[in-house]
Amino acid sequence: MDRIPILKMGDCLLVTIQVDMHDELAMSLQEDLTAQIAKYASRGVLIDISSLEIVDSFIGRMLANIAAMSRVLDAQTVLTGMQPAVAITLVELGMSLPGIRTALNVERGMALLQEFIGDEVESDQGDDTEE
Amino acid sequence: MGTKWSQTKVTTLKSETFPIVTSDDVVKVRQAARMWAAELKFSLVDQTKFVTATSELARNTLEHGGGGLMTAEVVENGLRKGIRLTFTDSGPGIANIELALKDGYSTGGGMGLGLSGSKRLVNEFYINSELGRGTVVTIIRWK
Repeated sequence: MDRIPILKMGDCLLVTIQVDMHDELAMSLQEDLTAQIAKYASRGVLIDISSLEIVDSFIGRMLANIAAMSRVLDAQTVLTGMQPAVAITLVELGMSLPGIRTALNVERGMALLQEFIGDEVESDQGDDTEE
Repeated sequence: MGTKWSQTKVTTLKSETFPIVTSDDVVKVRQAARMWAAELKFSLVDQTKFVTATSELARNTLEHGGGGLMTAEVVENGLRKGIRLTFTDSGPGIANIELALKDGYSTGGGMGLGLSGSKRLVNEFYINSELGRGTVVTIIRWK
């Protein structure tokens, strides 16, 4: 069965959902992601959904689950890149995804994660360290 | 597909039936819904709403109805065109439709937004269910 790749970037995990997921694929992402958080002791998870054309209640629930599970595993989740039409539809559907932090794009999402983690994800080239 | 309810009188211009047996079929029917909506030049937001409603109802057919069919039709009521989708299953049926249409009511593992949510995403919504015989849900989204 195919799987959605999870990239490790320093303290964070990066997921870009680029395919129209069937339900089992969404479930396996949930499992893979929590396993990887535990394995790498990741502090942040960024999920980019800019190429997702719809988010229905199932995918919405999966995203909310991932955020909740990550939190329990001491990692923060940021959801990035939601298309405006998807946002409109989700809210009308009755899901406003409370409890999930969002950012407009990957860049801002990464910045947000860094803020939470208070640490650098980029390797050695960081110019300022706060701690 | 016959209609037992007092729906808007429409003429069918094109019709196609899709099976809903696996979760891959759910992906396929929402891709078909997307294609048909794009062909009728629905706006992007309308396409997204329509495809999302399709996804919810197709999943219902699969999860609660034990699989079934979706019939898609391009329909016309004299003034405008739209797409009518009919989801048919021969599952256990819904005991209390009013309750099933309430936000947050769920018998599956979902959030209970499938029926109530998809109703908000379309222009017309009809449901007919008989215990032990199955459920038929029909939606229309007008352009």
